Amino acid sequence: MAKNLMKGCEAIAEAAIQAGCRYFFGYPITPQNDIPEYMSARMPKIGGCFLQAESEVAAINMVYGAAGAGARVMTSSSSPGISLKMEGISYIAGAELPCVIVNMMRGGPGLGSIQASQGDYFQTTKGGGHGDYHMIAYAPASVQEAIDLMQTAFDVADKYRTPVMVLADGIIGQMMEPVEIKENTGNAPKKDWATTGWKKGERARAVVNSLYIEVEDLEEMTERLQARYRQIEKDETLVECYNTDGAEFILCAYGTVARICKTAIAQLQKQGVKAGLVRPITVWPFPAKAVHDAMCAPGVKMALCVEISAGQMIEDVRLAVNGEREIAFLGHAGSRVPTAEEIAEKVLAMRGA
Amino acid sequence: MAVVFKKTEALTDTVMHYCPGCGHGIVHRLVAEVIEEMGLQEKTVGVAPVGCAVFAYRYFNVDIQEAAHGRAPAVATGAKRVLGPDSLVFTYQGDGDLASIGTAEIVQAAHRGEKISVIFINNAIYGMTGGQMAPTTLLGQKTTTSPYGRDKELCGSPIRMSELLATIEGSAYIERTAVNSTANIIKTKKAIQKAFGAQVNRKGFSLVEVLSTCPTNWGKSPVESMDWLEEAMLPYYPLGVYKEV
Amino acid sequence: MAKVTINEERCKGCGLCVRACPKKIMQLSKTKLNSKGYHPAEVTEPEACIACAACARTCPDVVIQVER
Repeated sequence: MAKNLMKGCEAIAEAAIQAGCRYFFGYPITPQNDIPEYMSARMPKIGGCFLQAESEVAAINMVYGAAGAGARVMTSSSSPGISLKMEGISYIAGAELPCVIVNMMRGGPGLGSIQASQGDYFQTTKGGGHGDYHMIAYAPASVQEAIDLMQTAFDVADKYRTPVMVLADGIIGQMMEPVEIKENTGNAPKKDWATTGWKKGERARAVVNSLYIEVEDLEEMTERLQARYRQIEKDETLVECYNTDGAEFILCAYGTVARICKTAIAQLQKQGVKAGLVRPITVWPFPAKAVHDAMCAPGVKMALCVEISAGQMIEDVRLAVNGEREIAFLGHAGSRVPTAEEIAEKVLAMRGA
Repeated sequence: MAVVFKKTEALTDTVMHYCPGCGHGIVHRLVAEVIEEMGLQEKTVGVAPVGCAVFAYRYFNVDIQEAAHGRAPAVATGAKRVLGPDSLVFTYQGDGDLASIGTAEIVQAAHRGEKISVIFINNAIYGMTGGQMAPTTLLGQKTTTSPYGRDKELCGSPIRMSELLATIEGSAYIERTAVNSTANIIKTKKAIQKAFGAQVNRKGFSLVEVLSTCPTNWGKSPVESMDWLEEAMLPYYPLGVYKEV
Repeated sequence: MAKVTINEERCKGCGLCVRACPKKIMQLSKTKLNSKGYHPAEVTEPEACIACAACARTCPDVVIQVER
């Protein structure tokens, strides 16, 4: 397939369709409206269903119902809308249902801004909804990577019967890039747990549920989830180490910011400073070992975490290095995106200090 | 001897957790009987609520999903869109669930003409959480959060959901019934048949509001509760068909 | 000839069948208790039963079977 110039949101939507997603439930919010708009045009033509729900709360519960009936299903939103979806995400995790949620992060708290942000890291990786659950979260740094991760997201959601988030920012959603969307043959497993109408003798009666009123039963369920999370940490953690071998300075960033860091690294190279980047592609599970190994390697003198937030991922970075290395921070709360020059200057200043 | 009445196969053999004399059991039986009699057991997906009927998934002998509080119509929408017009998707919701926290979901499901059926139990109180005031609680009715009786100045008058939903274009069948007498129980079953029929015939959204009792939280015996339903609830919540297309 | 079978062990003694019976031939047992501590329903005059099944239709726990 030849490369096409596509806007991030539309590319993500088409990638979902190619991954076999035929159900989309959403609610308008900037800056992700191109996803539901694209779906509303495409779904009726391929026998799928696009439905504009009355709220994000309803949309995520429609996702619950469709996932419970065995479908590949997704929703998308942006930060304030994701907050509303958190109730449903907790129920989806508890009921062990697969689905994909796209979050085009914008500035917060509250209504915040409509520009890009990374302020939802805590919400995404530390729960967000209630209870002991986790959600796999992919953080793409380009439109092409967002496409590829969308397809991975559906497969992984089905494999582990878990909600999966694609955690992008407004820049990824609104940027146009030449991309290639592969058709995913869709390895959706048989879902004999789904509520499709019960024919006695074919399988057990299907009950989709997150209520376990007996303490022992709830513990059994949460232990099952935790065992699954340990497996996901082992098998699904993704990270990119860029230019880290022999680097004296290690940056850590994800998403669009990681891409800006690469430009900063090139600028630093010209000034004789060897810097590298460790980029979590999954922010949960967090690639703690890769981050530790990159930052604590012999020869590394300093480390810097860069985010469009007041400093959220940096807490996981600090846990990963566990005091072996001091981690500096560069970031802006809200929506102001750090520039490559700003990052390079910060590195040079730290180095000179 | 011929069997005049026996338990339907569409109910499981699980003992229901409801308090003695609770109307939920009556309505569970009616819904299950209609499913069986219409031959829809293999095509049915139920959606259970939060509230006293939270364990409905243990009792209906069909595939079923348990929804978050008030969200059953949204969950049912998702399931129905996947399973298609040949399926029967119903929600079973109480008045806290449907008429309070889930008003957006129920109104919008009706507004879309969502081809689902809703069994709505109105017993004028929150049961599972311990007898708090519901939007359907009658004026002057004492509950654990209206200890001096529901005050109109403070919290308005009880909401009539059937009348409200009947105004919505997407509603195909809306009826209010009660479980206070044999005749009304039989009428309730007929209403459920009509509601499921409206769905199967792809006419639109359908709902049966069933006036029921909560002896435990009303502080009355089961028999006194049926009498109170007749004396206090029937005058405020008139029975009848509010919409039929 | 009508036959009313009550699953006494599952009866919660709510008395709604007593209220519903048009022949007034049901009562909650004055002597029996089931394992949950309820006085189960019973038919006082089986020969007067008309097998209308009003008792069964009002029973919230579906413990009554009626034959004719």
